[in-house]
Amino acid sequence: MANPSFRVDVHHVTRVEGHGNIVVDVQNGELKQCDLEIVETPRFFEAMLKGRPYGEASHISSRICGICAVGHATASLRATEKALGVEPSEQTVLLRKLNFHGEMLDSHILHAYMLVAPDCLGVGSVIPLAKAAPDVVMRALRMKKLSGDLCAAICGRHTHPIAMTVGGFTHFPTTAQLQELRDRLVAMRSDVDATVELFQKLKLPAFERETEYIALHKDDEYCFIDGKLVSTDGGEWPIEKYRLVTNEFLVPHSTAKRTKNQRQSYMVGALARFNVNHAQLHPRAKEAARALNLAPKAVNPYLNTVAQVVEIVHCVEDAIELADRLIKTGLTWRAPVQPPKLSGEGTGACEVPRGTLFHNYVIQDGWISGANCIIPTGQNLANIEADMRSLVPTILDKGQSEITLALEMLVRAYDPCISCSTHLLEVRFE
Amino acid sequence: MGARPKVAFFEFTSCEGCQLTVVDSLQTHPELLDAVEIVRFREAMSEKGDDYLIAFVEGSISRASDEAQLKQIRERAALVVALGTCAHLGGINTIRNRQELQSVRRYVYGDKADWYETYPARPLSAVVPIDAVIPGCPIDRGEFVAVVTALLQGRKPWLPDYPVCVECKLKENVCVYQRKQTCLGPITRAGCDAICPTYGDGCEGCRGLIPNPNLSSMKNVLAEHGMTADETLAKTTLFLTYQMMELEAGTDG
Repeated sequence: MANPSFRVDVHHVTRVEGHGNIVVDVQNGELKQCDLEIVETPRFFEAMLKGRPYGEASHISSRICGICAVGHATASLRATEKALGVEPSEQTVLLRKLNFHGEMLDSHILHAYMLVAPDCLGVGSVIPLAKAAPDVVMRALRMKKLSGDLCAAICGRHTHPIAMTVGGFTHFPTTAQLQELRDRLVAMRSDVDATVELFQKLKLPAFERETEYIALHKDDEYCFIDGKLVSTDGGEWPIEKYRLVTNEFLVPHSTAKRTKNQRQSYMVGALARFNVNHAQLHPRAKEAARALNLAPKAVNPYLNTVAQVVEIVHCVEDAIELADRLIKTGLTWRAPVQPPKLSGEGTGACEVPRGTLFHNYVIQDGWISGANCIIPTGQNLANIEADMRSLVPTILDKGQSEITLALEMLVRAYDPCISCSTHLLEVRFE
Repeated sequence: MGARPKVAFFEFTSCEGCQLTVVDSLQTHPELLDAVEIVRFREAMSEKGDDYLIAFVEGSISRASDEAQLKQIRERAALVVALGTCAHLGGINTIRNRQELQSVRRYVYGDKADWYETYPARPLSAVVPIDAVIPGCPIDRGEFVAVVTALLQGRKPWLPDYPVCVECKLKENVCVYQRKQTCLGPITRAGCDAICPTYGDGCEGCRGLIPNPNLSSMKNVLAEHGMTADETLAKTTLFLTYQMMELEAGTDG
């Protein structure tokens, strides 16, 4: 195949959240087109938030995504709290972190085990995997259940959280519940170790492309909520200046907006967090990274899943420590902190499973008058396309089905959440 | 026992949280996988089957070009089940139905608004006949298992026709109104085990109205508890916009 011509046309990429197509057009060995089309229906959440009472914002915006509902609610609450001058208590901050770990674990386990592992093990999906390796699937379901139970104890349910509200919580777990969850987390360590072992064996494509990696950062913890924006290209920005980083723009083949910072694209997500914040990882997570041969700065996008495995280790350990702190101080039922004012502008930012999420609200007399949400997958789209355009010319000698698989796996590695970013992905080889 | 019935999952405008809840239900009911054969579940598997008995459809319809696919699903499936509030009642997507469409489009996409197709969001039943619904945002895991069981037994799934208040009382919750909050429990269909009041928040009506709801009485109660007309409108249009607009138009029969 000296000068191949072919089209790759993957309509509605599977095992991702939302709808996207991959379109590749190669003529006489030359790459003519290589797009990631986002064909999800437009969702208009920003317009729906406008004109609603501030107290509804976290409940409306959690419906952006069933997988990162807690993340959207948290970013939404932080935006509202900053707009209205609300300072949450230390107990609230600790509970939110613990709750956040539940969602991070649930999402990472789903992605690593059910969406990515089948590719590496050469089976079509988790259904045949359940027949080929039932112990692996049962382990994933067991770990996922604990993650969901953690969220359920704190906020009622993971999709869509109930007890999280501006200034605090409307319900609290009992100490006995916390103790039970803590003990189950400790017992989960053997499943976590088995997860690291599984991903040590999995073979991922050896493609590298260096890019700009951006994540929230704090000096004293592996940051998921608040902090400041830090780039591996240098530079840091307070959350309020997020627009200087995201620079949104539209392209006709996507209902999701795209972003760029210091280059034509940048990456957010587990790999970006690892590259920016590896020093703040829990020692056991650092150990797992070494076992998985993941070292900063890692520039193979397929390794995003491996970085998620490292974060699974970190979140389990940090959740145990958070539970210990809450059990030691004892949980007290506290009414949510009431806002001292009802007008203002605020920006909330969180590291949700797929990367940095921003919610920005303008509130007037208790009603939202302006809203802007920037979702991780939207930020990654331009970078995924840049990876695709760099990868395809290097594998033109492979068959069309192999190229298709490599591209689907690449897109999947980013763990895209297309209904978040409006809903995202189809691979179409043309 | 004959071949397992084939089931397929589809989604339109939604967060896919209901399908995620289906995945979660497998954590506690793995035997579901022995009872049915899943031929299509894009979020979880690559295989794409076009031969299925039951189609579970999540999401509302929010653009004309999605109608053809839904009609095709209707033709192929013996049973179409609306999965969750978006499919059942249009859900959160219908909030924007009370705003002028073009201004909604411009607010999000600016001068590129015409690049992206949309129309007022609607439930599946506005496009094709539906055989069963699993209400809720998101669906309740237990109810999903119960509805699937009923369908496999050839029965029509049963949904409560009484309000959330009944379940809330059975849980011995302190009434949300006693805690100086407001709640749509008196007019909302039960079946969620009153999960929101149990976790300290008022019912938001995601499961839809009970038959013959006393809306004027509900509005009086909300007013007595300090809600302005605007706040009441917001409360009753979070999940209920489509049903409320139908009632206003007098088309509910």
